[in-house]
Amino acid sequence: MSYYFAIIGTQDNPLFEYEFGTSKQGGDGQSRFSEQARHLNQFILHSSLDIVEEAQWTSGQLYLKVIDKFFNNYISCFITAGNIKFLLLQQPTTPVGSTSTRNSTSIGANPTSPQAEEAIKNFFTEVYENYVKAIMSPFYKVNMEIKSPVFRARVAAAGRKYL
Amino acid sequence: MANMGAAGKPPGKEAAGLRYPTNMKTIYNRSLNRSKTSELSQASFAYLFSEMVSYAQKRVTGIQDLEKRLNHQGHPIGLKLLDLLLIREPPRSQTRPLTIISLLHFIKINVWQHLFGRQADRLEKSSNPDTPDEYMIVDNEPLVNAYISVPKEMSQLNCAAYVAGIIEGVCDGAAFPARVTAHTVGGKEEGEMWPGKTVFLVKFQGEVLEREALIGKG
Repeated sequence: MSYYFAIIGTQDNPLFEYEFGTSKQGGDGQSRFSEQARHLNQFILHSSLDIVEEAQWTSGQLYLKVIDKFFNNYISCFITAGNIKFLLLQQPTTPVGSTSTRNSTSIGANPTSPQAEEAIKNFFTEVYENYVKAIMSPFYKVNMEIKSPVFRARVAAAGRKYL
Repeated sequence: MANMGAAGKPPGKEAAGLRYPTNMKTIYNRSLNRSKTSELSQASFAYLFSEMVSYAQKRVTGIQDLEKRLNHQGHPIGLKLLDLLLIREPPRSQTRPLTIISLLHFIKINVWQHLFGRQADRLEKSSNPDTPDEYMIVDNEPLVNAYISVPKEMSQLNCAAYVAGIIEGVCDGAAFPARVTAHTVGGKEEGEMWPGKTVFLVKFQGEVLEREALIGKG
């Protein structure tokens, strides 16, 4: 299972991106995207923004769950009060459906299972907390790129902890 | 982005060049929740605010210009306050405001409580059918104006334009673009209960009402 996480600003501008792999079930935390997929990921993620903009007015929830799917890529969304979008693209190692039902409850095998939804929610919530801390800096203006290595480390830690 | 290639590597490597405070605590180590007792002194705020007003007053041509500057000083605060106050809500009621009314309630209750320790006094919708996009938040005694005496020749000025800027920031951040202005409405005659009564006029842009109508149909 590989993940690509990005924070998108109000002008559809990327503020932060991070790529990682699963740390559950013996995963080493490294992403397994091919070089080509890396470029494609950015496209897939940004193309889901249209759906986010529709979905954001139907529910006041911050976490919108899996909102888009492109072949074997699942995109989950979390939207902050300030209209900043957190998008997480997940790519299961083996396409969903080809795995046996026995391990379909694991987070890695089925991105739409309740367990996976809960894990992603926890991940987003932790990132949100750190994001709010980042914007509390008086030198940070909304829609600025987040460059802090501490923030990056915090996101990485959240990824290891939940996904 | 520049650090694309570095994704997945241990983050410690990239930390070179960053200077940590001596106690190794960064902004990320601090809690977002504020305890009830940690309020700021009103005297020091009044002092700071008077400096902000006189700073804004430099090189301005008129009162409108001055109010605009005060508004600009408040705007980024509103943008950030929105997220901060939402995360302080209990997880169950953490929802983004979707309608004008829920947004204005959020401002009247949460924002006011956070900034001034009490709720705003009233919330009104413009009764004029020509301006359905106008809403009013009424504060009988704005805290920012407590120690400000406006000279006669500048009687149009209301320094609560700063608070109007904060409100505008909250509205803009929540994707309800609006223009917010502060107006003094308290009477000048003797015996007036609230001489400093201020109305914050919130004028939403057309697209907000359009969307509101669509959501309502829904």
